[in-house]
Amino acid sequence: MSTTATEAAHAPHGGADEHHDHGDHAPLGFLRKYVFSTDHKVIGIWYAVTGLCFLFFGFCLVMLMRWQLAFPGRALPWIGHLFGEARMPGGSMLPEFYNELGAMHGTIMVFLGVVPLAVGGFGNFVLPLQLGAPDMAFPKINLASYWSYFLGGVTMLASFFVPGGAAQSGWTSYAPLSVLAGSGQTMWLFGMIFLITSSLLGSINFIVTTVQLRAPGLSWFRLPFFCWAQLVTSFLLLLAFPPLEAAGVLQLMDRLAGSSFFMPSGLVVSGQAVAYSGGGNPLLWQHLFWFLAHPEVYVLILPAFGIVAEVIANNTRKPLFGYKIMVYSLWFLGFMSFIVWAHHMFFTGMGTTMAAFFQTTTMIISIPSVALLTSLIISLWGGSIRFNTPMLFALAFLPMFGIGGLTGLPLGLSAADIPLHDTYYVIGHFHYVVAPGTLFALFAGIYYWFPKATGRMMSDRLGKLHFWPSLVFINGIFMPMFIVGLAGVSRRLFDGGASYDFAQPVLHWNRFMSYSAWGLALAQIPFIINFFWSIKHGKKVDDNPWQATTLEWAAPSPPPHGNFTTPPEAHRGPYEYSVPGHPGDYTPQFLAERAS
Amino acid sequence: MEIPYTVAERPDTGLNNGKIGIWLFLASEVMLFGALFATYLMMRTGAAVWPRGDTILNVPLATVNTIVLISSSVTMVMAWASLKRHDFGKFRLFMGITILCGFGFLGIKAFEYAHKFHEGLLPSKNTFLAIYFTLTGLHGLHVIGGMAVNAYLWGPGAKLWKTDPEHFTNRVENSGLFWHFVDLVWIFLFPVLYLL
Repeated sequence: MSTTATEAAHAPHGGADEHHDHGDHAPLGFLRKYVFSTDHKVIGIWYAVTGLCFLFFGFCLVMLMRWQLAFPGRALPWIGHLFGEARMPGGSMLPEFYNELGAMHGTIMVFLGVVPLAVGGFGNFVLPLQLGAPDMAFPKINLASYWSYFLGGVTMLASFFVPGGAAQSGWTSYAPLSVLAGSGQTMWLFGMIFLITSSLLGSINFIVTTVQLRAPGLSWFRLPFFCWAQLVTSFLLLLAFPPLEAAGVLQLMDRLAGSSFFMPSGLVVSGQAVAYSGGGNPLLWQHLFWFLAHPEVYVLILPAFGIVAEVIANNTRKPLFGYKIMVYSLWFLGFMSFIVWAHHMFFTGMGTTMAAFFQTTTMIISIPSVALLTSLIISLWGGSIRFNTPMLFALAFLPMFGIGGLTGLPLGLSAADIPLHDTYYVIGHFHYVVAPGTLFALFAGIYYWFPKATGRMMSDRLGKLHFWPSLVFINGIFMPMFIVGLAGVSRRLFDGGASYDFAQPVLHWNRFMSYSAWGLALAQIPFIINFFWSIKHGKKVDDNPWQATTLEWAAPSPPPHGNFTTPPEAHRGPYEYSVPGHPGDYTPQFLAERAS
Repeated sequence: MEIPYTVAERPDTGLNNGKIGIWLFLASEVMLFGALFATYLMMRTGAAVWPRGDTILNVPLATVNTIVLISSSVTMVMAWASLKRHDFGKFRLFMGITILCGFGFLGIKAFEYAHKFHEGLLPSKNTFLAIYFTLTGLHGLHVIGGMAVNAYLWGPGAKLWKTDPEHFTNRVENSGLFWHFVDLVWIFLFPVLYLL
């Protein structure tokens, strides 16, 4: 038995000296190696870095909005003049520009920031490694997926420069407003088609890789939870995005060919009848949009669950509690997410029968979510927890997602939803899920897998300097939104409610939230410094610095093209931590069983 | 570095990578066209009057097109079967006919479109024409996509036959699955738009 312990300690075979003699292929030029590489790790890093840039950009958009909300109509010093007279005359913001910022903040954060980082970045980088695969099943398609995403991003950014500016009809692009909007909306639709193509290619790749390229011995229930989360996410992307693509095509038809899919008969705008034949249905857009966008919510949250599960199992030094229940919950959640979409539409007057159906499914879908969260919380029980940076972010994820989930329950019941609909309460709810929820999990993932990608650790001290202020400020932004929302302030108001009497008692929160948002931006500085500094100067570590059990830690850090020096094999389940009778507190999957 | 199971089947799943990939792609295509058929239902049930397809559209031409497309599906299978029998010449022949049938289909469709445009029957006129042009237009794009892949396999892509015949045969099979799907979509489109 004592041999197991020595094996465990030396488990990360290979090491820095073996990196170079894996080259059984001709050396590639700079472009093929770093820009147009088909290596899943390079593509994953590109995805992650591009996603992080878009997250920062989307955050900048909302920081501008927060100026307007905190000080309605007041000129923004210095920066305000950069946007020109058409957007911020004299430095104070026009409503059209505010709408542009709002619509593009949502679009960029969801489709260009979080999903590319969570699925494109982490999925691409970690999934094949955890499966013990040499690469994705279709490396060229993987490359195409990234560049399609990139083109989508460029299209979205370019739309700021077309006459009339970028899309202004909200990230949901509700018709008929969006059909009648300026040409930025057309760019938005083309951008979405690129992004949908990207996620289609990516999701096919992820599913085939998971099904086909699992290492010998890695049976389904030996898969790390992260892989399950990515697999279910991929099915959601595969099946939920095409209806939005259809909706995008229909809206393009309405905008470019003058059809009336979303244009009702007799529509009058500003006293003028619009030049459409009519007969269409604006609700059709909402149905098609939410048919994607509700599963999309789970696309945002499931990879986060996957990351948090890995980090928690590793840092509690315990197996996950209820691993199988968690996997079943994941699948049930994925399935149910296709039949809850109309809970976003209680306000459309769908009638009590339909509302009853969607309320019921919505209450049912909360059960697997709670099962997942509870399993993760119980996993902490009795563990000797290591409070390193990834673990802090993962631990913060639990209550933050909990707040986001619980505040969603009233929105899932039509009687409670109708007064809360389109108020800041809704904004608070889904931001708790996605911002301190998913984003914190993504930060946990960055700190956790950084040593795998670079061979170096990120600084723990700077990491904590990133974590604690972020936790305080992010709650400072979103907690008051519940108060403001319950007071009835609409989410779309350009002045944050200043022109309404009923909003006066809660108006002071607007400044509090804005200061918190700017504080949150400052709190990201340690992260940015840490990220770049650690690439070159972080502490060098061996292949398995966290003493983890899953297969990615069998590969050298950073893994070469082709990943593993010797083809890995899985000999046991994914979370064999602190197994009674085993010396040492972890037994990696890739460690061969010894005849004792 | 080799990706495992690109050609051979993985023993426990009984499939190669490409086969799963194409079926997943078709699943997403079903959702795409499913959403558009749902749009058709919503437009039609919401309309005060809905024209019978045959009062506006040309049923005989569409019947010919249906026959052309179904025939191309048959020749597609024969192209694949020829490769299975190691008869590359026959593959070239049948794949060639498949591609020509695609051109035939698009030609007839273009004629129909031109006629409609000439009569001023545009998507902006009413929701029936809007959904007609959207569905058949998107289907036409799929036909063009399938033809492009088939033409690649008929021409430059056929080089793979010399080095890895099994891999090439699998590619033709996957391309064929897509082609049959495109055919199947038309088999739904024809009665829904032209006859009902």
